[in-house]
Amino acid sequence: MSDEPLLRVRGLTKHFPVRQGLRATGTVRAVDGLDFDVRPGETLGLVGESGCGKTTTGRMLVRLLEPTSGSIEFAGRDITHAGRRELRPLRQELQIIFQDPYASLNPRHTVGRIVAMPLQVNGIKPPGGIKARVQELLELVGLNPEHYNRYPHEFSGGQRQRIGIARALALRPKLIVADEPVSALDVSIQAQVVNLLRDLQRELDLAFVFIAHDLAVVRHFCQRVAVMYLGRIVEIGDRNDIYERPQHPYTRALLSAIPDVTQLGPAGRIRLTGDVPTPLDPPSGCRFRTRCWKAQDVCATEEPALVPRDGGRQATACHFPEGETAGISPGPEVAAPNVEEVSS
Amino acid sequence: MTRFLIKRLFSATLTLFAVSVLTFLMFFALPRDPVSSICSKNCNPERLERVRDDLGLNDPLISQYAGYMKGIVTGRDLGSAQGGRCDAPCLGWSYVTNEAVSDTIARVLPVTLSIVIPAAVLWLLLGVGLGMVSALRRGTWVDRLAIGFSLTGASLQLYFVGAVLLLVFVYNLRWLPVPSYTSLFDNPAKWASGLVLAWVALAFLFSAIYARLSRAQMLETLSEDFVRTARAKGLAKPMVYGRHALRAAITPVVTIAGLDVGGALGGTVITETTFGIQGLGRTAVDAVRSGDLPTIMATVLIAAVFVVLANVLVDLLYATIDPRVRLR
Amino acid sequence: MSLSPVEGLALAEIESGSDAGGPEATGVVGRSPGQLAWMRLRRDRTAVVSGVLLVFFMVLGLSAPLIEMVYGVGPREQFQSLLDGFGMPLGYVGGVTGEHWFGLEPGLGRDIFIRLIYGLRTSLFIAFAAALITAAIGIVLGALAGYLGGWLDAVINWITDLTLAMPFLIIALALTPTITLRFYGERGQVSSAFGVGVLIAVFAIFGWTSTARLVRGQVIALREREFVEAAKASGAGLGHIIFRQLLPNIWAPILVSFSLAVPQFITSEAALSFIGVGLSDETPSFGRMIYRSLDFLQTDPAYVFFPGITIFALVFAFNLFGDALRDALDPKSSR
Repeated sequence: MSDEPLLRVRGLTKHFPVRQGLRATGTVRAVDGLDFDVRPGETLGLVGESGCGKTTTGRMLVRLLEPTSGSIEFAGRDITHAGRRELRPLRQELQIIFQDPYASLNPRHTVGRIVAMPLQVNGIKPPGGIKARVQELLELVGLNPEHYNRYPHEFSGGQRQRIGIARALALRPKLIVADEPVSALDVSIQAQVVNLLRDLQRELDLAFVFIAHDLAVVRHFCQRVAVMYLGRIVEIGDRNDIYERPQHPYTRALLSAIPDVTQLGPAGRIRLTGDVPTPLDPPSGCRFRTRCWKAQDVCATEEPALVPRDGGRQATACHFPEGETAGISPGPEVAAPNVEEVSS
Repeated sequence: MTRFLIKRLFSATLTLFAVSVLTFLMFFALPRDPVSSICSKNCNPERLERVRDDLGLNDPLISQYAGYMKGIVTGRDLGSAQGGRCDAPCLGWSYVTNEAVSDTIARVLPVTLSIVIPAAVLWLLLGVGLGMVSALRRGTWVDRLAIGFSLTGASLQLYFVGAVLLLVFVYNLRWLPVPSYTSLFDNPAKWASGLVLAWVALAFLFSAIYARLSRAQMLETLSEDFVRTARAKGLAKPMVYGRHALRAAITPVVTIAGLDVGGALGGTVITETTFGIQGLGRTAVDAVRSGDLPTIMATVLIAAVFVVLANVLVDLLYATIDPRVRLR
Repeated sequence: MSLSPVEGLALAEIESGSDAGGPEATGVVGRSPGQLAWMRLRRDRTAVVSGVLLVFFMVLGLSAPLIEMVYGVGPREQFQSLLDGFGMPLGYVGGVTGEHWFGLEPGLGRDIFIRLIYGLRTSLFIAFAAALITAAIGIVLGALAGYLGGWLDAVINWITDLTLAMPFLIIALALTPTITLRFYGERGQVSSAFGVGVLIAVFAIFGWTSTARLVRGQVIALREREFVEAAKASGAGLGHIIFRQLLPNIWAPILVSFSLAVPQFITSEAALSFIGVGLSDETPSFGRMIYRSLDFLQTDPAYVFFPGITIFALVFAFNLFGDALRDALDPKSSR
């Protein structure tokens, strides 16, 4: 694994203007200044509650959305505002898998046409013909290659997601953005698809940006994890560090919400009260402070930077990071944090 | 609401302006000399040239158009051959009928209104009523009869229906006089008996469309959750259907109705020709045949005004019924 | 817990078996949504009857010269000897005989049946040509407006509004002779093909709006779908996205609107001929016949009746078929 990142994201921002009539009345700060790298063959998990900007980030990475500011570098080239023609060679190395296996396949096309689409659009004629390549891809994702001529409505959700994966693999990409690839599937099917992705990742040495809200799936699949809250990364680091030594209170709260069947009783679930603030008008300073039980005056005035800790492997954006010792089972003092007390 | 209204009126004005320019270009700029058709036989080149001058046809097109528009807004002075002073909604002077076009319009517009408005009331009541009944009695013989009726109506030609009605009620049974127009204020009975065939013919054909539309809408609405909820919480059937379902189902009907009425007011050409009644549509046809350009312009513009106004009204009605529209 | 792709395949097979009700039994080739609609259509009695009727009409129209040969009477032949002193056909029901199945026109004494056959041909040709052209214009403009949005959408919408605000009959009435004059001058002999061409052109200018609106709405509903984004993410251009990804999904409503546009154009052609534009008396057409026949409403009702009923039957069959098509293509719609 080389140290040169495949994908380098700096200050990535997406603001959506809110219009009423012709006047712009505000902006939704969906994504507000992200920095992260993905090295070749690495899997980065992007986790957070719904509405935190993970999907927007994913769409910007494959340039389905135009970033408001910041830069995206892929394989050493700046693709932040590259046009369609400039992007063309990079498209082949940068693909996306969508969340909804029902909406992401054209219902009027056969599976063969769907999987062959990226090849045809880019005018690629694989040796042995397109059909052979498509069948090879179907086999690779665990589908019967004989089903080439079937239509999406004849497949189940899990199979459809496999078709979507085959389509993403058609161009032999180096990086795949997987936007909640399993969250629309039955739990029993989720594991199969995640395992398929992991096998493919190892076999083809793919890098992944894996967007999910399910922390268990991310732990299973990703080497590194970035936690997002309201358009910001609050903590990023290696999987084991994040899961075993979370430093940001939000990460701790998220982790404590994972149902754990091995622990009986109310083992220390951190219940966050209050709603996620609106991205139209995010809180000043630290965005998490309105729901944080540790918040103090400085959190309202000063925005915490993403500071590398722990020898640089893990970075946390918090004024009062958790101590090294505070593992996944929190002490009694945070068993029932009262948010009202600190925010008022 | 006011802002929505202003926005809507602005775009309507823009559309009307474009219609006037297009019509003007189409008829005045095409290489058909309007003058030669006006004085056909005893026209020496001299007189021809004078008429041309009177009509301003020798001026550049833009100043012709500007003069025409100015006439509509403020009135203007035409040559003595054209009746001199022409007051505010001045639509020009017709050499064919030898009167101001606005006078012609004032005469024939009430005729078209008398045809369209009662017919529209009739077709809406008939169509929506039929659609509702067949939706509520879905699958029964009533429903099938209504579907058959509406498909038949949608496939019939107005002139054919008109011809059959004339043949039966006027010529054979002699129940009704030959269709003609009498002012409603002079003699209401004669007004009605002279136009009733036109109303029936229009209503039969148009109600067919409304029956189909409102039936489909009603069926869709009836299967929606809020109607089921209303039924489940114990509201009586008539209450649910009348208050909840009808209201939701009627909205698209309103749209189509607005556009249809607007279009029909712009000239029921076929109806008027079939029944031989001189309304706006027939006047337009006559004007085209005799190459009477000012009258053509006027009829086209009035027709467009009705369509555009109907559009605005429908939008306003929508915005009142459904507040979400205003946010667009 | 780790599965190799091959094990995944086995599981996928099980999944598909329980899910799709055993597609293995039907063989490997799946049924496209289009094939399913076709099956539904074939099972619908109304659709079959009206479809057969339509095919019958089309064959009649296409083989008009053949019918003329067999029938032995031409559309322009005049049988003055079979008219009385007032120009009315002799015999009953407007002169219906073994030679003249639907009788003769009063005045000129032309055969009504063969003129109807040729009129059918003219009407069908004009209607299909106009429907095809308007569909093409409507699809392109609607898809562009819906997919690209922004100012293009606003402009196309405005043009649509403008077109709808123009009184079609009056404009067509005024425009047709003007166009003809422009091409032929004051006294030129106007060929019937030219008259047909002008009519189609006038229909094309005014008829595209409904298809454009329909397509625009459908495209707006589809453009945010992920399969469109997948194509975009693969580098697909505008043409691919509109014609390969979006259009295949909206063929159903387009087809329905096409099948309902054809009878509308038949009606419009007749209406235009009825108010005296469009085709010259030389070209047999429904509207022309009805227009002429109205003068004889009292004296020869059969002359009004035959063209009226024929055009009704044709339009009725189209409407029935269009309705059935809608049901077949959209099983959710209620009947």
